[in-house]
Amino acid sequence: MGLPIYKFFNNVCLRPLSGALLACAIATPALADWEPTKTVEIIVPAGAGGAADQMARTIQGIVVKHQLMKQPIMVINKSGASGAEGIMDVKDAKGDPHKLMAAFSAIYTLPVAVNLPFNWRDLNPVAMIALDEFLLWVNAETPYKTPKEYLAAVKAAPPETFKMGGTGSKREDQIITVALDKVAGTKFIYIPYKSGAEAATQLVGKHIDSNVNNPSENIAQWRAGEVRALCVFSAQHMVYKDKITANQSWADIPTCKESGVDVEYQMLRGFFIPSGTTKDQVAFYVDLLKKVAATPEWKDYLAKQALKDVFLTGPDFVKFLEKDEAFHNKLMNEAGFAHKE
Amino acid sequence: MNELDALFHGFAIALTWYNIGMMVIGIVLGIIIGVLPGLGGPNGVAILLPLTFTMQPTSAIIMLSCIYWGSLFAGAITSVLFNIPGETHSVATTFDGYPLAQQGRAGEALTASFTGSFFGALVAVLLITFLAPLVAKFALKFGPPEFFAVFLLTFCSFVGTGKDPFKTIISMMLGFGLAAVGMDTVSGELRMTFGWSELLRGIDFLIVVIGLFGLGEILLSMEDGLAFEGKSAKINTRVVLETWKKLPKYWLTLIRSAAIGCWMGITPGGATAASFMGYGIAKRFSPNRDKFGTGQLEGVIAPETAAHASGTAALLPMLALGIPGSATAAVLLGGLMVWGLQPGPLLFVEQKDFVWGLIASMYLSNIAGLIIVLSTVPLFAAILRIPFAIIAPVIIVVCAIGAYTVHSAMLDIWFMLLFGIAGYVLKKLDYPLAPLVLSLVLGDRAEAAFRQTMMGSKGGLGVFWSNGLVGTITTLALLMLFWPLLAFAWRKLRRSLGGDADSAA
Repeated sequence: MGLPIYKFFNNVCLRPLSGALLACAIATPALADWEPTKTVEIIVPAGAGGAADQMARTIQGIVVKHQLMKQPIMVINKSGASGAEGIMDVKDAKGDPHKLMAAFSAIYTLPVAVNLPFNWRDLNPVAMIALDEFLLWVNAETPYKTPKEYLAAVKAAPPETFKMGGTGSKREDQIITVALDKVAGTKFIYIPYKSGAEAATQLVGKHIDSNVNNPSENIAQWRAGEVRALCVFSAQHMVYKDKITANQSWADIPTCKESGVDVEYQMLRGFFIPSGTTKDQVAFYVDLLKKVAATPEWKDYLAKQALKDVFLTGPDFVKFLEKDEAFHNKLMNEAGFAHKE
Repeated sequence: MNELDALFHGFAIALTWYNIGMMVIGIVLGIIIGVLPGLGGPNGVAILLPLTFTMQPTSAIIMLSCIYWGSLFAGAITSVLFNIPGETHSVATTFDGYPLAQQGRAGEALTASFTGSFFGALVAVLLITFLAPLVAKFALKFGPPEFFAVFLLTFCSFVGTGKDPFKTIISMMLGFGLAAVGMDTVSGELRMTFGWSELLRGIDFLIVVIGLFGLGEILLSMEDGLAFEGKSAKINTRVVLETWKKLPKYWLTLIRSAAIGCWMGITPGGATAASFMGYGIAKRFSPNRDKFGTGQLEGVIAPETAAHASGTAALLPMLALGIPGSATAAVLLGGLMVWGLQPGPLLFVEQKDFVWGLIASMYLSNIAGLIIVLSTVPLFAAILRIPFAIIAPVIIVVCAIGAYTVHSAMLDIWFMLLFGIAGYVLKKLDYPLAPLVLSLVLGDRAEAAFRQTMMGSKGGLGVFWSNGLVGTITTLALLMLFWPLLAFAWRKLRRSLGGDADSAA
C-alpha cells in the first residue's frame, strides 16, 4: 500500500520541487548578520539510528541538498549516560556558536533522575520543530481492541503480571507507564530496554505485553500487522490520513482520553545552542531551521514519522519549555523518580 | 526456486558499471576505516551516509554495505601485524594472529583470516538468500532470559580455557567492574562516576583494548631491547595457495564458526561477541587446544569467520524485520528511511529490486573484497620491515588518535596510556587479558539482560529453564563451565574403578 505513495512522493513531488527550491535558495542571500565561520556540529545526545539521530541526519541532508549554509554541517552522537554526555558537552561549550544540540525530554528528566547539574536555562533555546507522539501498543494476536479492555485485563490479573517495555529507566516511557497505573489503577512491571527498536521487537516476540513507543519506532511492525495501536496519548487525533495498514491511518487512532484513559504526553523535538552566544547567532539558526521546515523533504519526513508539525521560537518556545519542565518535574516527583542522596 | 529467480534479477541490478564502481570505492574506504583503530564500521558508515542522500537507494546501500564489508575484512590486518585490533571484533584475532606474525608467518595468518572471513560471509549470504523470512522469526524468540543465556554461554566457554582458571576469573571480574562505570540503563542511575562528568559515558572498551594490547605490546618489546619481533611477511601467490591448501583441514572450525556467527548476527549478539565465542569454542574442541595463543592458524580462522558471518547475518533481521542486528545495521536502517524506504517485514514484498540488488551485491562485493584485501597485504606487510625505533612512535600516535576518535575526548588518551601500563603489568604477572576484554564488552549487556529477566520473573531463577530454547542454552553454558571438573571427576572415577578391578584380579 505504502509503495505507490512513497514512489509518488519521490518521483513526482520531490525531485522537480527540490530543483526549484534549490534555485530559490541560491537566489536569496542570507538575511542574518552572523554566519558560521567553521563546521557546525549537531550534537545528538542519543545513539546512531535512533529517532533524534535520524532527525538530525535528515536536517543535515536537507541543509546540504539545498545549500542552506556555506559551512559544512556534521552530526555527532554523544549518547553516553542516556544522553547526559551530549547535554554536558554543549553546556560546557559556553560561547561556541558552532554547536547545535538536538533536544528531547531528557533535558528535564536527567537532571531530576540523576542529579545532573544541568537546566535548559544553561543553554540558548533556538526553536522547537516538532512534537513526538506516544501510543499504547499491544501484540496483534491479543484480543484487546481498546485501551479500556486492555487495562481492565491488566487490573483483573494479580498485580505485576503484565509487562510494559520501554526505552531506558525513569524517562518518558516509564513516566507514561506510571501515569497509566495511576489513572487506571493497574500495576505494570516496567522493563527498560536500550532502545525503542528493542521494545518493538520484544512486543512482537511476546516477551512484553505492551509498549508506549513513538510512531516511528513501531511503524514497521504496525504495517506488517504484528502490533495493534490502541490509542494515542495526545489531546487530538493525529493529522495523517494516508492508510498505513490495510484499513487504518494514523488519524484513525483514537486518543486515550476519548477512550476513557486520561493520560496525555507529547515530547518536544527542538534545538539549542550553548549559552554566551549572541542574538544574531540564535537568529541565524532560527532562520536556518525555518528554511529546513519549509522544504518538501521535511514535510515528507514529518508524515513518515507521524510527527506533529509545530514550529515555536523566541518567547513562545521559552514559555513552552517552562510549562513542559514544570509538567515533567511534577510527573517525576509523583512517580518517585527524583534522585535520592 | 523463487529465490533463485529473484537473485539473478538482483545480479542484473548490481552488475552495472556504476554499482561495481561504488562497490570498489566502498570496500577501499572500508579497509581504511578498518585499519584505523577507533574508527569503526558504524562511525564510518554514519560519516559517509549524507553523501548518499542524492543517490539511488540501491547504489547507496551497495556502497555503504561495502564500507562495512571492507572494515570487517581489514580489522584483522593490524591485529595480526601489530597486536592492535583495528575493529572491536578483531580483538580475538590478535590472540593467535600476532604470535604467527612474530614467527614470520604474517602472510599465512592474513590469508587465513581473510579466507575465513569470506567463508563466513558466504554462509551468511546463502542463509539470507534462501531462509530470510524463516530465520527472521527465530530472532523474535529471544527475550531477556535467552539473551542472558547466550552471554553466559560466551563467558563460560572462556573460563575453563585458561592455564589458571582463578587468574581468568580475576581478569574477568576486573572487566565487569570497568563495564559497570557510567549510566545503568536498568535503574537509570549513575554508577562509579564519583561526581565526575567525564566518566558519565563510561569507559569505552576500544580505549581499553588499544591500551592493553597496542601500548602494552610496545612496552614489552621495548623491554626486549627495542627489537621488533615482527619478521617481514612475504605474501605472494605461493603463500596464498599454500595457506589455502592447509585450510580444508580446519573445515569443522570454519563451519562451526560460521554457524555461531550467523546465529549471533541474527539474534543480535553482535560480531564482537561472535568472534569471542568462535575463538572460545574452537579452543575448547580443538585437538591442539594447549597450543592456542602461541600461533595457531585455527585461532585466527575461528574468530574472523564468526565475526564476518555475524556482521553479514546482522543485515537479515534489518531487512526482514526492521530490527538492526548491529550498530552498523542501525545506521544503515536510518539510511533506508532517509532514502524513502520503509524497513520492516514488508520490505521484501514492496522493494524487491532494492532487497535483491543488495543481496546479489553481497556475493559480488565479498569476492571483490577478498581480492582487494589480499592484494593490499604486501603493502601492509612492508610496514613490518621498518625499524622499530621508527614504527613504534608512529603506532603510539595512531593509537592516541584512535582513542581520541571514539568520543572526541582528551581524557580517553590518558585512559589509554593508563591501560597500556596496566596491560604491561598484567602480562608480566601472567594474567590473561582476553577475559577482561570479553567481560568489558559484554558485561553491561549481560547484566541488563539478567536484571530484565529478574524483573519479569520476580526473582525466580527457574525462568532460565522455562522453555526448550533457553533451557538448552543455559544447560550448555553450565556444562561448559564445569567441563574441566566433570572431565577430572570422570577420569578419577574411571581410574578408581579400574584400580578396584586391578586389585580384585
